[in-house]
Amino acid sequence: MINLAIASGKGGTGKTTVAVNLALALIPDYDNVELLDCDVEEPNAHLFLKPEFELEKAVGIPVPAVDHDRCTFCGRCSEVCMFNALAVLKDQVIILEELCHGCGSCAYLCPEKAITEYNRPIGTIKSGSAGKLKFGGGYLNPGEAMSPPLINAVKKMIQPDHISIIDAPPGTSCPVVSAVSGCDYCLLVTEPTPFGLNDLDLASQMVSKLGLPAGVVINRSDLGDDRGEKYCRHAGLPVLQKIPFDKELAGLYARGEAVVSHNREWRRRFKALFSGITGNKKEVSRP
Amino acid sequence: MKLAISAQGEGLNAQTDQRFGRCPYFVLVDSESGELLESVRNESAGAAGGAGPQSAQLLSHRGVEAVLTGNVGPKAAHALKAGRIKIYTGVEGSVCAAVQKFNENKLIAVSEATTSAHSGMQKGRQR
Repeated sequence: MINLAIASGKGGTGKTTVAVNLALALIPDYDNVELLDCDVEEPNAHLFLKPEFELEKAVGIPVPAVDHDRCTFCGRCSEVCMFNALAVLKDQVIILEELCHGCGSCAYLCPEKAITEYNRPIGTIKSGSAGKLKFGGGYLNPGEAMSPPLINAVKKMIQPDHISIIDAPPGTSCPVVSAVSGCDYCLLVTEPTPFGLNDLDLASQMVSKLGLPAGVVINRSDLGDDRGEKYCRHAGLPVLQKIPFDKELAGLYARGEAVVSHNREWRRRFKALFSGITGNKKEVSRP
Repeated sequence: MKLAISAQGEGLNAQTDQRFGRCPYFVLVDSESGELLESVRNESAGAAGGAGPQSAQLLSHRGVEAVLTGNVGPKAAHALKAGRIKIYTGVEGSVCAAVQKFNENKLIAVSEATTSAHSGMQKGRQR
């Protein structure tokens, strides 16, 4: 129905808070809400939703193995690998698995067909539900750097007839692009600090490059300055919600609870945020 | 013996570079004659990862038998070993001086990494 990504340039601005509260605020009115935790390096939405998992699956990427009897050490594999995952030295091919992105070029282009691929596990995906809310998430193995394939595996769980809320990782690099690509709308969560503004600018550039309609939530909105808001006005980004720096919110967060479950006014505000998004999305997608 | 010296520039008078995988140039020198063979630009100096093994591969293809450098990381040491390229550390000053020290047996032959992974990225990282 709608794939809604919650992203931010800066980390720790409140993506998960917004994603979780938004999902829970919609639950009474809709039967088809799901939340997908794509922040696979630091997944934490499950701490707030406490879902019961029904399915768990290992996710891996194909990495090369060289048959040294067939290999002529021609160097083609190393030449085509843009991530330096293979090096050919005299009568040995060294494979640096942690650099391999699993693209398969080396195996495909090896003239001797000396390369086979095997699956290297990078993490797991889990799915289940928390009451009426459907939940899915990706959990990257500790020490692992290759998160986009796992994020893509989480996104494969998206159900097309659902309101799918995607909790994206922070930043603006490959993992974020993987998480937000193909979504219908991107909500950028920011905070009124110089770092918040700097990273909002980067995130805003990213979504415009991806052609995604976007809006902004300003968290801890009563701290810092108003440069973020001015930036949004200037960049044509609608500010759809402001969340103040509030003791009740902080306390609930620290206990792993969602404010919409405790406070009707906040439930109303998050529902209004969703209306703002759907209204804004229509406006933006109009030719 | 065909030597490769990690260097900041081209030619015998270039300054040596303490980093193996991320030095901008390798200066190839014949140890017996002290003659300059070639200055090779290190294309993988700015790579996101795997600069050490790529450098080792580059030198292996050119028939280098020993490298003179400051430090090698674990992946570089492993790759150099696979290419049967000897590692000598302790270079300072010019390429010329490093070759002289090598000929006087004043450099340190090592077979293992002398520094941790990615340490060459901390200094002189260029974007």
